[in-house]
Amino acid sequence: MPLHYGSQIEEHHRVRRDAGVFDVSHMLVIDVEGVAARDFLRRVLANDVARLVLPGKALYSCMLNDAGGILDDLIVYHLDARRFRLVVNAGTAQKDLSCLTATRDQLAFDCALQPRRDLAILALQGPGARARFWHVREAAHALTRDLPVFQGTDVANLFVARTGYTGEDGFEIMVPVDEVVALWRDLIAASVTACGLGARDTLRLEAGMNLYGQDMDESVTPFECGLAWTVDLKAERDFIGRAALLGAAARTRLVGLVLLERGVLRSHQALRTVHGDGVTTSGSFSPTLGRSIALARVPLRVEVGDLVEVQVRDKLLAAKVVKYPFVRMGKSLLTS
Amino acid sequence: MQLPADLQYTDTHEWVRRHGDGTVTIGITWHAQERLGDLVYVENPQPGKSFKKGQECGVVESVKAAADIYAPISGDVIAVNAELASNPEKINQDAYAAWMFKLKPSDPGEFEQLLDSVAYEKLITAESA
Repeated sequence: MPLHYGSQIEEHHRVRRDAGVFDVSHMLVIDVEGVAARDFLRRVLANDVARLVLPGKALYSCMLNDAGGILDDLIVYHLDARRFRLVVNAGTAQKDLSCLTATRDQLAFDCALQPRRDLAILALQGPGARARFWHVREAAHALTRDLPVFQGTDVANLFVARTGYTGEDGFEIMVPVDEVVALWRDLIAASVTACGLGARDTLRLEAGMNLYGQDMDESVTPFECGLAWTVDLKAERDFIGRAALLGAAARTRLVGLVLLERGVLRSHQALRTVHGDGVTTSGSFSPTLGRSIALARVPLRVEVGDLVEVQVRDKLLAAKVVKYPFVRMGKSLLTS
Repeated sequence: MQLPADLQYTDTHEWVRRHGDGTVTIGITWHAQERLGDLVYVENPQPGKSFKKGQECGVVESVKAAADIYAPISGDVIAVNAELASNPEKINQDAYAAWMFKLKPSDPGEFEQLLDSVAYEKLITAESA
């Protein structure tokens, strides 16, 4: 996946306004299958797959280490009573497989872990994305027309899910490797814009979605990354990292920043707040808003509306703490 | 992209246009903007400031990266292209027309150290190889 095919900003706008396609085949699909698949995932994921009742329903979750640090973030699909499908980050895939295998073996869960390197993934995103898919794969229309958000379904040898990483409607399509080129070409021929990693990053940042390795890693808990909503602490379910999460209070939180001056925020820039120092974890120019935005890790007491100063080279630039997402379904969510 | 033969270049990808009155106009090359991608921010030097050859005197930022601009020769800044503040994409559209700033050179001998279009073309060919 290149950074961009042509203009990165144009690719970004095409996704917000019409339809773009990303080749995200670097991500790994792992199928978990067996009588204990469900119990196993309830043990290794911070979110509870018991919430998944309907076949095809998806759940976003972190996978934690014993200290509550984030090993990876992923989407898990409930295929049927004995089968689940994980989609994990590329950079962490090997580590994830090792951890999952070790836990399974150690606690003797009766399930198989199958890395599906035979599957490619295309993310088709934007307000016009679904119609484009139906245009190039007419037979899929009846099966996916009423597919709810955050749900997937088999369509012949494809797996089509109404998920994404852009804040727009669309599908993520898992497709056998030897068929992906044809699907890609058909979509491009249907005037879907080929989009690169650059647009993927600005789109997900505007949508307020964390990037693993940047906004979160093993040194922080989900509570410090705006992901408390993905941790299911209730009832008697024990999962890896749970005890640590119950025992330790969050020291920092993740907030959105909007730059009030000209310039571009980047990751790893130091910042000052009235409650102490912080650091940007992701930052970029937002093509939709026409200004720079960032995610930042700050002391817990920093609140929406606070003004902060970000160190950009030799200058301190003023920024405002805002709620994120910044953009959703093509529209700015900033109030001022 | 054909390199204008009437310009001189640096190995840090600035171009220099010499004028009859002894002043020079400076911008970044087509090759530089191509590598950076869509520009979203230009920081020009303050008019009146002096720079030594090779000194950092500005910044251009694209969606994906920031790059320092170095003074191709020593001199005083006599003008900046204010249009770039609100329209940095002008550089992407026409890198050799969208100038950044003008200098009054303090050491005309330094012109000999700049690259001509043939030498600059060799440099970028080697860099992309």
